[in-house]
Amino acid sequence: MTDIINLTLTELVKKIKSKEISSTDITSNYIERSKSSKKLNTYIEETFDDALANSKKFDAKPDFQKKLPGIPIAVKDLYCTKNVKTTAGSKILENFVPSYESTVTQNLWNSGAILLGKLNCDEFAMGSSNETSHFGNVLSPIDNNLVPGGSSGGSASALAAKLTPATIGTDTGGSIRQPASFTGTVGLKPTYGSCSRYGIVAFASSLDQAGPMTRDVKDCALLLEVISSFDNKDSTSIDFKRPNYFSDLNKNIKGKKIGIPKEYRVEGMPAEIEKLWENGKEYLKNCGAEIIDISLPHTRYALPTYYIVAPAEASSNLARYDGVKYGFRVEGENLIDMYEKTRSQGFGDEVKRRIMIGTYVLSSGYYDAYYLKAQKVRKLIKNDFDEAFNKVDAILTPSTPSSAFKVGEKMDDPVSMYLNDIFTVPVNLAGLPGISIPAGLDENNYPLGLQLIGKPFDEQGILNIAYSMEEKINFKLNTSDWWIK
Amino acid sequence: MTIDLKTVKHISKLSRISIDDQKAKKLEKDLNSIFNWIEKLNELNTDNVEPLTSIAETTLRLRKDQILSKNIREDILKNSPKDNKDYFVVPKVVD
Repeated sequence: MTDIINLTLTELVKKIKSKEISSTDITSNYIERSKSSKKLNTYIEETFDDALANSKKFDAKPDFQKKLPGIPIAVKDLYCTKNVKTTAGSKILENFVPSYESTVTQNLWNSGAILLGKLNCDEFAMGSSNETSHFGNVLSPIDNNLVPGGSSGGSASALAAKLTPATIGTDTGGSIRQPASFTGTVGLKPTYGSCSRYGIVAFASSLDQAGPMTRDVKDCALLLEVISSFDNKDSTSIDFKRPNYFSDLNKNIKGKKIGIPKEYRVEGMPAEIEKLWENGKEYLKNCGAEIIDISLPHTRYALPTYYIVAPAEASSNLARYDGVKYGFRVEGENLIDMYEKTRSQGFGDEVKRRIMIGTYVLSSGYYDAYYLKAQKVRKLIKNDFDEAFNKVDAILTPSTPSSAFKVGEKMDDPVSMYLNDIFTVPVNLAGLPGISIPAGLDENNYPLGLQLIGKPFDEQGILNIAYSMEEKINFKLNTSDWWIK
Repeated sequence: MTIDLKTVKHISKLSRISIDDQKAKKLEKDLNSIFNWIEKLNELNTDNVEPLTSIAETTLRLRKDQILSKNIREDILKNSPKDNKDYFVVPKVVD
């Protein structure tokens, strides 16, 4: 039964529909492997007993019309799950049990999927290495002592280690695409407004998006089709006709115009990544696409803009954790003292740092100089993309400026950690869809990814291009199972 | 521009996060390095640029003013560290 874990999501769905395997077979295989993979620290909460019970229930009365019939899935612990502890990787939520379900996870269960457990992440999704979690750092299956990226690091690691057939993450500045790139997996951030934010622990509300993380592009299209929906409970959810991403997936990209932004050729970028990017262009040309040089002149201002906008929104969103409503409280001499002690002991260092940056840029006398300035630069960044998309159908860039790094390597220098997201952040600021696909290996055999950026609501377009490239790249993820005891 | 220790303590007060002197010194260093890097934005003239507040360029939807959730008091209080079944309980605020 070891091959079950090697099957893709789409293969599992097919085999379950043809009754070759049962939901119980799949679920028990993933549970067993997850249990022997504790060293990676991917799970914060395991719901294995319930998962097994639910898979038996499915097998007793199967519904093969569903898109994910009886498929077990572990999700990032940023999604509120009814009656299942939801921590967002934070001490301040260590006892929080939601009484409601996020729309995106509800879409999964409505499609027949079964919850396997909640996956580790950076605290409140603030981090690029999964080292800021209160529940400990996550290890990448790629190599011992290597970070899986972040903030959806538990999701990426569990996916690459085959502890779940697919998963969902969230992406505020690259939190799906960067860990996907580090672990040789596929990750897509949809257009802002595609997936509901209802029930996702909020970080920066104008940037947060849910998205699929999968082993290949086909799986990604299937999972996106399941989770993307219009939702009245999210005031910024957008009501547009969602295509059938999975059945519409095709490799016909002949004549597509792909832009190569010169500003993404950053100083100090390893030659391997440059090479990878060149290869990507060749693959696209071989598929009949046309390569066009473009300029996104404000790229270098994207990260500083992000580090004003995101902390500002976070400082407001995280004001709700005051020791009154969410389980964790440290008693104080009076109300204010209780707030200050609760938040001081409940939040980790990176979260405190960002709350303070946000508080400062929104404070009296600094609002115009920082927050308003950042919103104006954000407009310029969006204008760059608007102009580029007059000439091209999609944009090809590297996903990250380097491959995965060692645990502890960047924790002392916040700015160097933030630079990880240099190629992913502009996409969030402009609200565009972006996908990272595995594209090669570096000299240490660590995976490297390429990113495709699409026009608003053109997830199908970038999925099709990714699908064509995937065939040419023919990337194989090899892990030695070194972590299994 | 530099952020001094006094400003760090003021921000921590506004953020309702208590910090000790050692943490404050570390934050002073971190915040200065972050803000020095952010200063790059001042290279750009943005006098005639409209700020982008939301990427979703739609006006917010309206709905009827109806009660959609009923009898959820218990659910709402479920995660409170202290309550008396009807209310959240906080330290005494008025004498």
